[in-house]
Amino acid sequence: MGFDGAKETFPGRIKEVAIGAMSEQGGTRGKRVVVGGSNGLPFHKWESEMPHMPAVAMDVVDTERMVPDVLLGTLGALAKEPVEWARKCQEWGADMLVLKLASANPEEENRPVEACEALVKEVLKSVQLPLLVYGCGSEEKDAKLMEAVSNAGKGERLFLGLAEEKAYKSITAAAMANGHGVVAFSNLDINLAKQINILLLDFGMKPENILMDPLMAPLGMGLEYSYSVIERLRTGALVGDPVLQVPIICDCSCAWTVPEVLEEAPQKGPQLPRGVHWESITAEAAIVAGADVVILRHPETVARVKAAAAELAGGA
Amino acid sequence: MPTAMEIYKLLPKKNCGECKFPTCLAFAMQLANLKVALEACPYVSPEAKATLEESGAPPIRLVTFGAGESAAKTGDETQLFRHDKTFYHPTVLGLVLDCAQGLEKVKAGLDDVKGLAFERVGQQVRVDSVAVRQSGATADVFAEAAEAACSQALPVVLMSEDAKAMAGAAAKCKTRPLLYKATPANIDVMVEVAKSSGCPLVIGGAPNLDELGQLAEKAKKAGVQDIVLEPSVASAAELLQNMTTIRRAAIRKKHRPLGYPTIAVLGSSESDRLRAALGVMKYSSIVLMDDLPREFVYPLMALRQNIFTDPQVPIQVKPGLYTVGEPTEKSPVMFTTNFSLTYFTVRADIEKSKMPAWLLVVDTEGQSVMTAFAAGKLTPESVAKALETEKVKEKSKRNEIVIPGMVSRMSGKLNELTEMKVTVGSRESSGIPKMMRTLSQ
Repeated sequence: MGFDGAKETFPGRIKEVAIGAMSEQGGTRGKRVVVGGSNGLPFHKWESEMPHMPAVAMDVVDTERMVPDVLLGTLGALAKEPVEWARKCQEWGADMLVLKLASANPEEENRPVEACEALVKEVLKSVQLPLLVYGCGSEEKDAKLMEAVSNAGKGERLFLGLAEEKAYKSITAAAMANGHGVVAFSNLDINLAKQINILLLDFGMKPENILMDPLMAPLGMGLEYSYSVIERLRTGALVGDPVLQVPIICDCSCAWTVPEVLEEAPQKGPQLPRGVHWESITAEAAIVAGADVVILRHPETVARVKAAAAELAGGA
Repeated sequence: MPTAMEIYKLLPKKNCGECKFPTCLAFAMQLANLKVALEACPYVSPEAKATLEESGAPPIRLVTFGAGESAAKTGDETQLFRHDKTFYHPTVLGLVLDCAQGLEKVKAGLDDVKGLAFERVGQQVRVDSVAVRQSGATADVFAEAAEAACSQALPVVLMSEDAKAMAGAAAKCKTRPLLYKATPANIDVMVEVAKSSGCPLVIGGAPNLDELGQLAEKAKKAGVQDIVLEPSVASAAELLQNMTTIRRAAIRKKHRPLGYPTIAVLGSSESDRLRAALGVMKYSSIVLMDDLPREFVYPLMALRQNIFTDPQVPIQVKPGLYTVGEPTEKSPVMFTTNFSLTYFTVRADIEKSKMPAWLLVVDTEGQSVMTAFAAGKLTPESVAKALETEKVKEKSKRNEIVIPGMVSRMSGKLNELTEMKVTVGSRESSGIPKMMRTLSQ
């Protein structure tokens, strides 16, 4: 009755993608982060290779409007100072930064393109980390904004987001003009995720310049859909679909929009620690399902998710 | 299930036809497809019968502990990935109460556990088990604590490696506790306790999965059927590898010695909490912890609810009229479907507008707006009926209904049926805050 714990191997492998450029690559970043490269299920190190740990990014939002009250204690003073916020993220141990230019939104602050561009330059000057820059979601504005951001970050190998099925051409063109990458967004559907990748590749984007964001639904708000979509994307890539062999990025800061995090409810425990658990568990589900990058907001979550990844990988 | 040829080899090969099939091979093919029962063959040997019943058993045995409605069901899973079908039995979460703390603390702990119950998205969720650990306490204290625990409507795990103390404690429990645990050192005596008390037994302490399986086989041969396996979960990496390997062996290879539910006993550190969440995602049937603070156990239960949602059956919210903020007679009325994800998204977006509203949730059997509209489950008639049932016209005097932009086509008919002004809202939920600002005050 001898038992042999058979190993499972796959023919496919996730592509390696590098974010940020150091001086050797013509940039000024203090480090570059490489993600992907695995040929097995996440953390299945007993039967596959996992050359890179999931990277932990932190988001910096350029308007207080997006910072919920529960985080004001942690981020309150920084919410008005995105450059300072970015510096703090570096101290808190983030591997990279996601600068969200939400204030450019014409429906909201409508900050001019030039001001956003200046902010990107300032952040690049003040922080050594690789940088991803997200637009405001208004197609028209983002077209101009991303062109300016691309020029402002020339040589830094930024990743620009989000490229969507209905709005990918201008952002992708902006990225290609200066050797940046893009984040390909799709809405919780494996076929749509594949579709946007195909559109980008047909447009001339190189596969090593794409990260895919299949939409991370937070814990309690449809996490199971994201969990299964990510698992299916990962297995689809491993069994050999080249279009899916793209690292996955999951924005887990969405945990801070969940009503169960934003409510004072003592029977569910004190609010801030509950929120940190909410974000941590969302991120743990993402990396266990197959995320190569997670975007987080709370510094404690960063430490926790890094420790979790290290322990899962057998390092702790 | 075995193949038709494997079954055929075990049949008498008489081709007598008494099973109503012309040949034994034809009968074997029907058996393989679960179309007939083996009893239809009058000549099958007892050995063949035992072999076939064994191979027809589920790959992971269903093990129940506790009694009555609160009994915990573990095992009987058939998948490695929830999207391939579903995970059936949500991870049982339990709090460990330590007798070293004294009897009073254990009794107080029992009340604490009962308080860890919540309503989430229309479902009752709770910490559904309690474990009593002997630690240094005497057998009498352990037995008394066990008796107190078993008098609650919660499935109980008794934790001791001393067979005599375990026998004494089990004797005080009428609710079929799970006995934790048999190890290579005590397996013979512990198996006797499980047999005489009729309780399920955890088997652990083996240095590797091969030996764990051998211990389980030994217990089974000695007459214990209901077994729970405890592989090493000393780190998250070990938990993932061992739980995955056991699940694969049971399901893919039908490896019987590992075809049982599993347990992970954890402490109270951050690493333990990580492993608890990992256990919920990765195949731990039972997770016991030393400490379950509310701010952690609540999100953990949300995770369990998410992971064990049947992908084929969407989570639904109860249809009805919901309030967002404190709406008045002047507040707008909007509707959406009872697919929980749709409902929560729409609700969150209305909240973002910081304007109170009435939100009518129409029963679409848990389908989203577009899917339900296409399938004819969201019609002007069903919306009109919901408006009437919920007496919406009495709650808001605007005589106006805001409908999802995706179903603008129903506006004419809905207006005709309800005589309300129909306003077409945004196509995407994210457009709601902007749209609400344009509604007349």
